[in-house]
Amino acid sequence: MRRTVTIASVAAVLVLGMGTLGPGQKSVVASAQEKTSAADVKIDNFSFGPAVLTVKVGTTVTWTNRDDIPHTVVSTDDPQMFKSKVLDTDEKFSFTFSKAGTYPYFCSIHPKMTGRIVVG
Amino acid sequence: MKNDDKDWDRRGFLQCMAWVGTGAMWTMASGVLKGMPIEQAARGAMKMSGMGGMSGLRFAQISDSHIGFDKPANTDVTATLRAAIAKIKAAPEQPSFVLHTGDLTHLSKPSEFDTLQQVLGELSMPVFYVPGEHDVLEDDGKSYLQRFGKGTHGAGWQSFDQGGVHFIGLVNVVNLKAGGLGSLGDEQLEWLEQDVKRLTSSTPMVVFAHIPLWSVYPEWGWGTEDSARALAYLKRFGSVSVLNGHIHQVMQKVEGHVSFHTAMSTAFPQPAPGSAPSPGPMKVDADRLKKVLGISRMSFHDVHHPIAITDVPLEEEKKTAATVGL
Repeated sequence: MRRTVTIASVAAVLVLGMGTLGPGQKSVVASAQEKTSAADVKIDNFSFGPAVLTVKVGTTVTWTNRDDIPHTVVSTDDPQMFKSKVLDTDEKFSFTFSKAGTYPYFCSIHPKMTGRIVVG
Repeated sequence: MKNDDKDWDRRGFLQCMAWVGTGAMWTMASGVLKGMPIEQAARGAMKMSGMGGMSGLRFAQISDSHIGFDKPANTDVTATLRAAIAKIKAAPEQPSFVLHTGDLTHLSKPSEFDTLQQVLGELSMPVFYVPGEHDVLEDDGKSYLQRFGKGTHGAGWQSFDQGGVHFIGLVNVVNLKAGGLGSLGDEQLEWLEQDVKRLTSSTPMVVFAHIPLWSVYPEWGWGTEDSARALAYLKRFGSVSVLNGHIHQVMQKVEGHVSFHTAMSTAFPQPAPGSAPSPGPMKVDADRLKKVLGISRMSFHDVHHPIAITDVPLEEEKKTAATVGL
């Protein structure tokens, strides 16, 4: 139900945007596409949320640390696919996944914290 | 070592537990801790000092100063570290040296290391360090090693002898593996095996490291995955005291001749295992903060006596501890 409402409201915004902007509709479409190729992982209470995130190829994933303690986002693949600097409170790290696959990662400071990005 | 732990039982242990964090004197006899209220301990100590000729060894432990942390749990960690240093300096009998069991800084920034060095520079005795995970966040811990790791091995491990006691500083915060706990690693463990080989089994041992070397609460990463191997090398020694930090609260455990103890932080408290959604900083009332931060004082009256550990909060509780109803 909630999902239906969300889709409906997004559609309404798009329709409204296209209707009022006229010549500007290209930029509306472009920003909508950017939105669909971005995804977020929140770090709360020493865990990645969601721990497993499924995205499409080409998606940019952004991690945000919302804890009072610093964390990192480090790929456990060999060779290593990505590695953030130390993220203090509210700092972010982004990485764009250009190939399909499963990408496990962890916080190198608190190794109990693990997550996966599934790119399909 | 004389065996005077016959009267040790669960009741006694629980009574001791009740004194933890309220200012208690701990003595370790044949690897077993005994506690008594600090007043009583002080009277005993006064009697001892009256005897004269005691060649005791005293040292202090500071932990988890997290210089650079500025969140609501404590917005001035430099001030509370200063208060901890003042506690050490105010002791009537000065410690010979101080151990810092890691997390000197919060983010391994040069300015944070500078502040830490400046504040600890107020102490007239030497300070021995092991790094916490917060001290090796940048440049593979090189900044830490350059400043605090002179004369140490590998990532900063070391050993030294003081007053007939063998001290071993271990590093369990580097090369951590996904899903795992604190880790010592093969190279350090091999060094440890060689380091203790030449010592007689009657040598009292004090091991210090950041993350607990016992399984406090693996769900929060409060343990060291290969600590059993380290403890195996120390098994033949009659008295082993393991001093840790990391969990920002006093906890202890006794296993045979090995006594484990964690110290308070000087920066912020953390919740008891499993009592909160995460081990993150715990905010307490402003008037309570200095009662849950502090240092530890250790002493050996001589090498044949057990170690005594006193946990000293920055600010004592106003009332004496309530009677323990058991």
